[in-house]
This record gives sequence, C-alpha cells and structure tokens, in this order.
Amino acid sequence: MLDHNMGHKINYENSPTAFGSMMTLALSITDLHKSFNENEVIKGMSLEANQGDVISLIGASGSGKSTFLRCINLLETPNSGEVRVDGELIAMKTDSKGHRMPADQKQVDRIRTKLGMVFQTFNLWSHMTILQNIMEAPIHVLGQSKSEAHEKAMKLLDKVGIADKAHQYPDHLSGGQQQRAAIARALAMDPEVMLFDEPTSALDPELVGEVLKVMRQLADEGRTMIVVTHEMSFAREVSSKVVFLHQGLIEEQGTPEEVFQNPKSERCRKFLASSY
Amino acid sequence: MDFSIVWQYFPMLLEGAWVTLWITVVSLLIGLGLAIPLSVARLSKNRFVSSPAYLFVLYFRGTPLLVQIFLIYYGSGQFRHELSDLGLWGFFRDPWFCGILALVLNTTAYSAEIFRGAISAVPRNDIEAGRACGMSGLLLFRRITMPKAFRIGLPAYGNEVIFLLQATSLVSTITILDLTGISRQLISKTFAVYEFYLTAAAMYLVMTYLLVYIFRVWEKRMNGHLKERLTSKTS
Repeated sequence: MLDHNMGHKINYENSPTAFGSMMTLALSITDLHKSFNENEVIKGMSLEANQGDVISLIGASGSGKSTFLRCINLLETPNSGEVRVDGELIAMKTDSKGHRMPADQKQVDRIRTKLGMVFQTFNLWSHMTILQNIMEAPIHVLGQSKSEAHEKAMKLLDKVGIADKAHQYPDHLSGGQQQRAAIARALAMDPEVMLFDEPTSALDPELVGEVLKVMRQLADEGRTMIVVTHEMSFAREVSSKVVFLHQGLIEEQGTPEEVFQNPKSERCRKFLASSY
Repeated sequence: MDFSIVWQYFPMLLEGAWVTLWITVVSLLIGLGLAIPLSVARLSKNRFVSSPAYLFVLYFRGTPLLVQIFLIYYGSGQFRHELSDLGLWGFFRDPWFCGILALVLNTTAYSAEIFRGAISAVPRNDIEAGRACGMSGLLLFRRITMPKAFRIGLPAYGNEVIFLLQATSLVSTITILDLTGISRQLISKTFAVYEFYLTAAAMYLVMTYLLVYIFRVWEKRMNGHLKERLTSKTS
C-alpha cells in the first residue's frame, strides 16, 4: 500500500477505470501552484483522497483553502501541478502568451460533472425555481430526460428536507434552505467527489446546523468530500482527514485526533486555540 | 378645427399606422437577431472580432438616423453601376428596403449596447455555478448567460423599442407612406395641418402604449422571481 502511488500513474493514464475500486484514488493533486499576478497563493500543495474520504481543509483566511479547492475543478487555473479525478489527468497547456489553460475544454466539462461544487454563496440561478435549478444540468449537460431528472430532483429535495420548496424561487428560501438546494443540485449530477467551499460561512448561526446535518448524512453514506470550513466541530467529528493550511502550504495534516489533540506545528496549535 | 375631415380619411390613416407598426416589428425582429451576436462580438477578447463590432456601434450611434437613411437611399444612387453589377440595385432603389435597412442597422447598434451591458451585468456566481456543472461555450451562454442577461436588459430594450417606433416616422422622408407620410400627404390635399398631425400623434401614442403594455406584461412574467419576493416581504 505504501508504494502504490508509484505504480498508479501508469495504470491511470492507460485505463482510468480498469483499476480496482479499492485502489482508485478519487482525487489526486500533485504539487499545485497558483499565483494571482505576482502574488503566489498556493505554493506547491499535494493532496490525495480515497473514495469515501472526507477531508477538511482548515486554516486562517488567506491561507489559500478556497483557491486550492477552486483549482481542483479549474474554476481557477493552476499555474502548475497535476489534478487527477478518478485517475484521469486534466490535460493543461500553455498558450502563446504564457498563460496556462486547459488543453481540452470538453475534458474539463466532463470532469466537472464528476465534481459537485457547493459554493459559499449558494450560487443558485435566481430566475429558476429550485426544481429547475436542480434539473438544469442533468438535462442539458448529462442529457437526461425531463421525467428522469424530475424524479431524481424530487428524491434529492426530499433527502435534503425541502421537497415542499420545489416550485419556489431561491430568493423565497432561507439561506440554509438555499444551501441545501445547492447541495441537491450538485448531487443531481451523481458526482464522484463533492467540493464544499465554506458552505456555512454565509449563513446565520441558527441555520448552520441544518446544512451540516445534510453534510454529515452524505459523509455517512460514504461520499468523497473535500470541505473548506471554519466549523471545527464538523472537521473534528466528520472528517477522516484534516489538513491545516498556512500561507499556501500544507502545514499539518492527519486524522482529526492527530491534528486537533496533538498538533505538531505551533501555528496549527495557535490557530486551533483561537478557533474555539 | 374640423375633425370630420379626419374621420373621412381615417381608413387611410389606419393603413399608415399599420405600415408604421409593420416596419417597426420587422426592423425589431431582424435587429434583435443581429444585436445578440454583435453584443457577444463586442465582448470578445479577440480584437479582430471586437473592433469591427465597436466601430459599427460607434458609427450607428454616433450619426443621426435621418442621415443614415439618406445615405443609404440617395447615396447608393452614386454606386448604381457597381450595385447593378452585383445584382443589388433592385434592392437599393426600393425605399422600403433602404428604410428598413437603416432602421435595422440603427436598432442593432443600440440593442447590441444594451445587451452588452446586460451580459456584463450577469452575476459571476451564476456563470461559475454553470461552469461547475460542466457547462461551457454555447451551452453556458444559451442556458445561463443569455436568459439572465435578457431579464436584466429587458427594461432598457423596451425603451429602445419605443424609440424605434417613433423613429420609423423618418422613413416618410423617402416616400414611404407610413402614418407620418400619409398624414403629410393628406395635409397637402386638405390643409388641415393641426387636425391630421394631432390625430397622428394620438395614434402614435396608442401604439406606444400598446408596446409599453406588452413589455410590462413580459417583464412581469420573466421576472416573476423578483416580483414575488417583493410582495412576500411586504406582506
């Protein structure tokens, strides 16, 4: 198991799906760098997620957590580094002006359907009802039939507890309900990995719980999740792995017990002390 | 004032009003079809795409519509031989073609600017949500950007539509008998200046109100998500 990374690379590139599911890394990011102009925000980060892992990214504002997460589905284009989803490497190229960009937009689109993204600000389409929001991509990206997408959407709305809001517009809902709808929208794509970008940071404190409850439920079902969060109790109780970021680098990582009870790094200890 | 004379010629005025409405609708539909791609071209990062679009908009917004009509209708006569060679003279000698062409180009330029602004105003979050779901290119534009931009631009576009309705009166200067053209013809026959222009004005008003009403209903339907929120908050 220790040296499985070495053997993986070759197998993945040749046949991404042929490998046994036990060994398949749902997500693998290698030496990722990202700068905004002169400002280097991610200074070489690597991360691997097995299927069923729940990885919490914690750290102070500006440590690069969100940027790192957004690099995974290429909402930000990394300056260098490799991103593999379900074994498949996202091909990048450099254009004539030296800008990094995806080599094949179709591949990026396809991989994005495997990465369900939940945003801090929900980002529901305000001119569509909740149901339309959830059915949009399954119909127009995955090519599902209306009835199929509808049935699935209603099941998911039921699951996140807002089936009665199906025909309402997002602005009618509370923040917690909107975020649960956004989670349902991401789930409707049957993603391999769910990416959560501070999903509770824009919510009133009394609404945080209902969103975390849905996220716990997903973790219990064995979903692979990468969660950028400030909710330390969630990180401690739900994650299989906690990663502490500081100034664009991984400062500390390990099981919740290791990181929360016995942090090796002084910075991590200070951060955790100030977070309670 | 004697409005009985107007009544006598009223069917002719109605015919003129019909011409006005027809020219307006035809110009609008063609103009709308051209304005959307033009607004996208204006926003292109490629200068070879955005610059021509910019110059087009600059020219047609920067010169009077009447001058544009005259240029196309009277100006094209100077190139009669060239146009004949191309088989286009048949179009350019026709005042209807020239009038509608000028109106189309004019409204295209104004509408393109409206949609350019509207597309720029589509929240980045909406676009990102679409991209995160695997949408890009035309699909993203068609399903997310454009529906949202259309809602944002609709009030301004309604304004442009009303402006165009009034602007069609200028085609009467190149022999087209729209509402203004008919009125002028009847005035030269009857010398009832005030009566006919006042009636024409009233008919423009009715048509304008009709358009305002259509756009109001349309906006309400398109922006149901906004309206309901307002009422639910106040109740």
